[in-house]
Amino acid sequence: MSIAGGHAPLLDVRHLRQEFSAGRRFSGTAQTIKAVDDVSLTIGAGEVVGLVGESGSGKTTLGRAILRLIEPSSGKIFFDGSDITRLPARAMRALRKDMQIVFQDPYASLNPRMTVGDILAQALNLHGIAPGAAREPRVVELLQRVGLSAAHLRRYPHEFSGGQRQRIAIARALAVGPRFLVADEPVSALDVSIQAQVLNLLQDLQQELGLAVLFIAHDLGVVEYLSDRVIVLYLGRIMEVAPARDLYANPRHPYTQALLAAIPQANPARRGRPAPLHGDQPSPLAPPSGCVFRTRCPIATAECAAVVPPLERHAPDHYKACIRQ
Amino acid sequence: MFTVNSSYPIAAARSSPLVAIEDLRVEFAADAGAVTAVDGLSLTIERGETLAVVGESGSGKSVMALALLRLLPPPNGRITGGRIRFDGVDLAGIGEAEMRRVRGTGIGMIFQEPMTSLNPVLSIGEQIAERLRVHAGLGRRAALARAVELLERVRIPEPARRAAGFPHQLSGGMRQRVMIAIALACAPKLLIADEPTTALDVTIQAQILELLRQLQTELGMAMLFITHDLGVVAELADRVVVMYAGRAVEEAPVGPLFAAPRMPYTQALLRSIPRVDRTASSRDRLAPIRGNMPDARDLPAGCSFHPRCTEARAACIVAVPPYEAVDAAHRVRCCRWRELAHAGTDLGESAADLAGSRGVG
Repeated sequence: MSIAGGHAPLLDVRHLRQEFSAGRRFSGTAQTIKAVDDVSLTIGAGEVVGLVGESGSGKTTLGRAILRLIEPSSGKIFFDGSDITRLPARAMRALRKDMQIVFQDPYASLNPRMTVGDILAQALNLHGIAPGAAREPRVVELLQRVGLSAAHLRRYPHEFSGGQRQRIAIARALAVGPRFLVADEPVSALDVSIQAQVLNLLQDLQQELGLAVLFIAHDLGVVEYLSDRVIVLYLGRIMEVAPARDLYANPRHPYTQALLAAIPQANPARRGRPAPLHGDQPSPLAPPSGCVFRTRCPIATAECAAVVPPLERHAPDHYKACIRQ
Repeated sequence: MFTVNSSYPIAAARSSPLVAIEDLRVEFAADAGAVTAVDGLSLTIERGETLAVVGESGSGKSVMALALLRLLPPPNGRITGGRIRFDGVDLAGIGEAEMRRVRGTGIGMIFQEPMTSLNPVLSIGEQIAERLRVHAGLGRRAALARAVELLERVRIPEPARRAAGFPHQLSGGMRQRVMIAIALACAPKLLIADEPTTALDVTIQAQILELLRQLQTELGMAMLFITHDLGVVAELADRVVVMYAGRAVEEAPVGPLFAAPRMPYTQALLRSIPRVDRTASSRDRLAPIRGNMPDARDLPAGCSFHPRCTEARAACIVAVPPYEAVDAAHRVRCCRWRELAHAGTDLGESAADLAGSRGVG
């Protein structure tokens, strides 16, 4: 898929900040949560970028801010070469044809009063795609593409299992022919045996359609199979970015190393490893000075409290925000 | 410091298993007749042993635990067959008061969502102390002192200060530690843990698993660990029972279960999960299990797994396969397990797997 300028990324996010006020409305001492703090990233056309972080890391907020589902506090978002950070609502609506999202919970993201056929037709209708007699065949084609069939057209979401609902949500997102998809933990709510089905479907569709994808997940296990590059987020900041294979084989940031070590492995011979991190993530209302990870970091020194570590290049395409490694 | 003498009155033969479930059947009343949630389940838990019961939604794993505690939701859920013995006593034969004592002092429980299990308006110390006052007969002051000791035992920093605090002031991981402290208050012989780390972040999950492992060694209690996560099973279990659609389909010590699983469902589950201990690339694929979990109201004939099984043959549809012994400790419910074992469909660590393994952790 060609994009303006040839080498320009499809999505270019620069110094994005997303703040929320945690209002102590009655005492008047409003506090600010920096959910996303100075995040820059790019995603090329057809590239899959994994975004990994634990709860409170800002991964979902970042995904939504990029799609302008919430308004970023500061920073810039370029899509296909144009600045969309403050694009007016009408123009943004037209752009949604190119930028879609699949949410985590397929039980909450489909309207229970609409048939599956109507859910997909509505997506087409909003963007004037396949009007009139062309609509139903197009809807059936979409259903088939995600492994369902015309027999499912007049059924309601409650008649489907979680995995099938997520297929419907994927069909809806892809109905309008997007170039960029945010997949926000699309398999976390599904049974283990179903997760692989949906991951493989996403992988197939991504390759067939040449989609760029921001794949959000809470652990590193699932992301490896889909991602070209992986971004690790902690308390709203990027800790490390690397090509997927490189990140798993050669993690450079102590947080990435801990995240990898913490994943329970289906291998009893490796049991009994000590928990890699002590303590809890600090409150995002009062993040640590300097490196936000330093309070749990096994190799932190006094210096880590003094400066915010810059995201430095360690190897081609491999960046880490740590002054100690 | 862990000296509460259980007031639990039943003398048991030391040699018998702590828990013996025989041919358990649990049904739920529904509009269209009864739905069988657990069908002919037998299992034992030895003293001091960790038994993991692994299954997906609808497997019956949580219902089995509720049946063991006699906490099936009335009026719909009920035990319609079989026997459950705990510490030598048939639980069907005792009254509600005695059952409460079993739950209070014989068995501790922790669940997936610690926030909904804690009382938001009682201090943490009081919630632990309440249990000690009711079941161990301690006075108010002694119970509160004990509560602080228990918080220390589950490695909560500044336990005295935390005891005076409330659940909303704690992180998810700390709340689960409090739940563990409450469950252990009366030194139970069995701890039932139903997906206790599923709602937690992965770095916190590792801490809780480590804590449970340490506490079990220190206290010598048995643990029934219910989970959908084979990684967690491998980290913690001595023995494993795999459930599918209300039935046990395989059981084995943890080593053989992962090295040489016999049931095609177990094998398929292991192939379908991401493995960070193996190299993968963005063009590798997971091997999914086709189809969906069956509906408990309309289970497939014969082996419930046959519509999703790549190894299914006509024989699999005829009757529910018997639960056969592979060896003294390993059982499997598959009518083809012998042929499949000969055909070499083992999922053991092959040379290729080992070549691709790497030293994560």
